[in-house]
Amino acid sequence: MIDLAGKRAYGDRAFRGTSAVAAALVLLLLGLIAVTMTRRALPVFLQMGGRFFTTTRWAPPDDLYGALPFIWGTAFTAAIAIVIAVPISLGVALFMTQVAPPWLARPLVYLVDLLAGVPSVVFGLWGVLVLSQHFNLGRSFLTAGIILAIMIIPIITSLAREVIDTTPVGDKEGALAMGATRWEMISATVLPHSKGGLVGAVMLGLGRAMGETIAAALVIGSALGQITLDVFAPGNSMPAVIANEWGEAQDLHKSALIALAVTLFVITIAVNLLATGIVQRSVKRGQGS
Amino acid sequence: MSAGDLSAGIITPSDLSARRSWRSTKSALMTAAMIAAVLIVALPLVAVVSAVFSRGLRVVLAGFPDFFIKEIPVIGRRPGPGMGPAILGTLLATGAATLIAVPLGVLGAVYLHEYGGGRRFARLVRFMANVMTGVPSIVMGLFVYVTWTLRFGYSAFGAALALACLMLPVVIGAGEQMLRLVPNHLREASYAVGASKSRTILTVVLPAAMPGIVSGSLLAVARAAGETAPLLFAIGAATAYNPNLFQEANTALSIQIFANATSSFVAAQDRAWGAALTLVVLTFFITFIARVVTARFARGR
Repeated sequence: MIDLAGKRAYGDRAFRGTSAVAAALVLLLLGLIAVTMTRRALPVFLQMGGRFFTTTRWAPPDDLYGALPFIWGTAFTAAIAIVIAVPISLGVALFMTQVAPPWLARPLVYLVDLLAGVPSVVFGLWGVLVLSQHFNLGRSFLTAGIILAIMIIPIITSLAREVIDTTPVGDKEGALAMGATRWEMISATVLPHSKGGLVGAVMLGLGRAMGETIAAALVIGSALGQITLDVFAPGNSMPAVIANEWGEAQDLHKSALIALAVTLFVITIAVNLLATGIVQRSVKRGQGS
Repeated sequence: MSAGDLSAGIITPSDLSARRSWRSTKSALMTAAMIAAVLIVALPLVAVVSAVFSRGLRVVLAGFPDFFIKEIPVIGRRPGPGMGPAILGTLLATGAATLIAVPLGVLGAVYLHEYGGGRRFARLVRFMANVMTGVPSIVMGLFVYVTWTLRFGYSAFGAALALACLMLPVVIGAGEQMLRLVPNHLREASYAVGASKSRTILTVVLPAAMPGIVSGSLLAVARAAGETAPLLFAIGAATAYNPNLFQEANTALSIQIFANATSSFVAAQDRAWGAALTLVVLTFFITFIARVVTARFARGR
């Protein structure tokens, strides 16, 4: 008996250890990403110092790397995408959960999933050969913003649906029983209840929009040095610069592109940390009540 | 105020039913706005899918099945088929990524749900896995470039590593969700007949959760197959078949679409549409299989 238990405990411990290592891989990978990439980016950070983030001249032949226009472009396109995507996503999520009967809601979920399943490069192809040419948008911040919006709508919608679904039925029925119209019920119970989670969902969409590379690289126009509020101007964003310039890049230029990736990594991690925290807390609270 | 004005102000019962209050009008308007949002979402999906099918089919069907078999023309402006090497490259990279990420992801999920539970380490891993799903795919690509490609050169395997990094947190998340659905009495029954914890997990819990894990993994595979940015720095630019997973530059459908999309030559653009059709059909097919598995699972319970 004791013998058996001993053997068994050994196998058990080994399996448990293996699975723990697999789980720890997530932490290891994130750590490795931060360390190895920062090391490669170091030459540029050392040479440019803080000017990497504050100057606007990006001239690889002169070894000048000011990333501010690209940081601006990333923020600006992501902001355009959010402005377009949030009302639409919220509308779809509310329609799915509060208005549509089940026979309609289920195919809608499939529709949104299908949209999420289209590869980003295909959106980029459509954006560059159809949207930018036939709708007279050209390659610009706006075109990139529209494409990014299409790509983050499925993410925000499905998260918003999850959050909204945690609204207690009692609250909603109570509002309706008091004579509230459907919209009054939504604005009095559903929206206040899911406010936190919705903010988190939007932030996750924001993170995704900032990191999306290929579609943006194809439609944003690849203009250097543009810091403007003109949505029709061609511009550039951090991931788009990396994708478009990598082929010709040499030593320090490569290091500068990796430095852009590190900056992007840090920003998206910060946004995601915040967003994940908000969503988890909100969903947990919703389930608790 | 005259008597006439007063009588005009009297509301008769028929008026009451005829006039909608602002409140119900507003509610109806908001419902209409929601329906409009649904229509707006359907718009790009229809536009993209129809463009890909109408333009892609023309290219793919010209001299069928050459497009899927022939090699890629080295000179971009030359018309004619060939995406065979890219199809092979996509399958190689995605397949290898699946073989790496799914076992590791499922093991990680097993730890989180069966062993870790509410421990601080498990909570941290769960949280960071969630955060990791938001890491931009291009960062994963550069990470693999820095740690793998610089040392071992271009290969489909490098691309597979980058894709595996993207898939891992997704598989962990889906896996844990599926393990949560396995009813506890199955575990207790297994313990009651004397099985150890690891044996219970391997022979009772995992088989019970398998359909869900398979469909969750397939969704991750579909996503990975469509990814471009992680491959950019690891896979190189081949135009000929390269069946070797570990050596020499390879190519992929997504890479070919990206490279040809900005070409000014119609022949190259045509090949991009053909490749896009192939890729979309491939990813939708994988997604469809995942749905079928899920539906089977749901009916089986």
